Amino acid sequence: MARMLHSIAGHCFICKVGVGPHFSGQVTQPFRQFLLLAAKLAPTLFRPYRVAVTRLDPYTLRPRFPILHQKINGRPLVYFDNAATTQKPLAVLDASRNYYETINSNIHRGVHRLSQAATAAHEAARTTIARHLNATRDEEIIFTGGTTDSINLVASALGRSSRFKEGDEIIVSGLEHHSNTVPWQMLCERLGLTLKVIPVLDNGKLDLAAYQNLLSERTRLVAVNHVSNAFGTVNEVVHICARARAVGALTLVDGAQSIPHFKIDVQLLGCDFYAFSGHKVYGPTGVGILFGRYDLLCELPPWRGGGEMIKEVSFEKTTYNDPPFKYEAGTPNIEGGIALAAAIDFVNELGLDRVAAHEDALIRRAADLLGELDGITLYGPSERTGALSFNFEGIHHYDLGTLLDQMGFALRTGHHCCQPLMARFGMTGTLRASFAAYNTLEEVENLATALKKALMMLR
Amino acid sequence: MTINEKQQELLDELNLFQDWTERYEYVIGLGKKLRPMDESLHTPDRLIKGCQSQVWLDAGVQDGKMTYLADSDSVITKGMIALFVRVLDGERPDDVLSADLSFIDQTGLKEHLAPTRANALTLMAAQMKKGALEASQARS
Repeated sequence: MARMLHSIAGHCFICKVGVGPHFSGQVTQPFRQFLLLAAKLAPTLFRPYRVAVTRLDPYTLRPRFPILHQKINGRPLVYFDNAATTQKPLAVLDASRNYYETINSNIHRGVHRLSQAATAAHEAARTTIARHLNATRDEEIIFTGGTTDSINLVASALGRSSRFKEGDEIIVSGLEHHSNTVPWQMLCERLGLTLKVIPVLDNGKLDLAAYQNLLSERTRLVAVNHVSNAFGTVNEVVHICARARAVGALTLVDGAQSIPHFKIDVQLLGCDFYAFSGHKVYGPTGVGILFGRYDLLCELPPWRGGGEMIKEVSFEKTTYNDPPFKYEAGTPNIEGGIALAAAIDFVNELGLDRVAAHEDALIRRAADLLGELDGITLYGPSERTGALSFNFEGIHHYDLGTLLDQMGFALRTGHHCCQPLMARFGMTGTLRASFAAYNTLEEVENLATALKKALMMLR
Repeated sequence: MTINEKQQELLDELNLFQDWTERYEYVIGLGKKLRPMDESLHTPDRLIKGCQSQVWLDAGVQDGKMTYLADSDSVITKGMIALFVRVLDGERPDDVLSADLSFIDQTGLKEHLAPTRANALTLMAAQMKKGALEASQARS
């Protein structure tokens, strides 16, 4: 469907992100200078990375992220809070701006040219995301407000279906973000279900033997994250989903922390639902995705009512649209969806294998260097993705975070929306460094030095 | 020395430091010099709510003057509350109640704090005044 629209539109917006003819004569002077600079830099910045399997060079990447070039308290910004949100490349910023400058219009219902172009771009974005996740069809991709929104959609739709009855069980893990715990708790309260939790081992991994024992014919749903935002643990979701399926349970994978680091294939994961947020993968905030198996999306009832999600409305009886529109009531975040597709194109241009290799080098170096510091505890397994969490004996993570901020380092302190996990390890929070493609080994080394300085001040 | 004079003295001291590290070290040092607060006083009613780190404040009256004990699991937070203790400890409850504590805005510390922490300073000041109000009402 979307592919067809894409070709009809002919001058697809997605295809001309960057310097397009529509800018001529109407651009402001600073923006013109920016365009000239972009054109000059284009051959070096936008060279095809896919040609050879080379290492990702963050230094060639950084000019594409305008926000990174600033000073905090007189020192260069070192952004290590990528698990909270990533920074946006020019390709994404341009996609947002181009949308509003060229085709802004409401989608799916206009006969006029702009509406058709906006619809085509939005549906092309859906196709980009469907391909990226290896969904079987575009209709399995629902635009939402983010991971939390996606999970609430599933919880709400499942709650209204006939799939749960009192006494049934939902399994989550001890590594979950509150957003993959609280919606299920609320559902359990409402329907009289029981929430079971896969315990976390001391090494920050899930106790899969215990998981096996939790599963029964009463298990109706298993909801786990792919990668832990707090510890960087990569969960064995293929195994977890297969075991759940074996007892007839549905599966939801919270992919908020895996989408920026891995190539995701929902067929390989074997999950029924996969949720992620655009802003964690270099895209904008306020837009996210729910992948849902098509037959399930057809079967389950809608959640929010409104425009777009209906087939026909009368005061006697309203019939609902087919997926994905059935779950997209109201005007969606059109620009957000389009910019998210630009972000997906961006990571594919870099090559997620190369991104993963680069980030792995960063996190290993960080674990090695920080591991040498006196009194440190590194949490999670030695194989981590994205995030490195740590504490120093006798020192409040908040104090360290404050002093690091003075030195230009953006790290997260606190419970990372994982209070049960923090309680499991007997702490109120940690300091967390989380990495993205644009971070450098030099920044990691500077963090170790800055930590030494902060520790001297605090001890 | 009046409350205002004590505030000015503190500002003068902080202004001696050009470098943020020295300023922070000085504040942390003030926290370390606070009168020790026994752990048995770390009770929920003494906990200042709304701070990311835990801060306990005990307000009492001795010979008609306020006495403050404070503690925190964060040394920076403890230093911040030490600024208030230094200014308000030993003052009459009515003087504490009428004190203008805006000196904290001039320390240059607040702008370096996360909003949650800047907010915590307001909460600390409010809690200290609340102690003075209770003391003042108990007396009358």
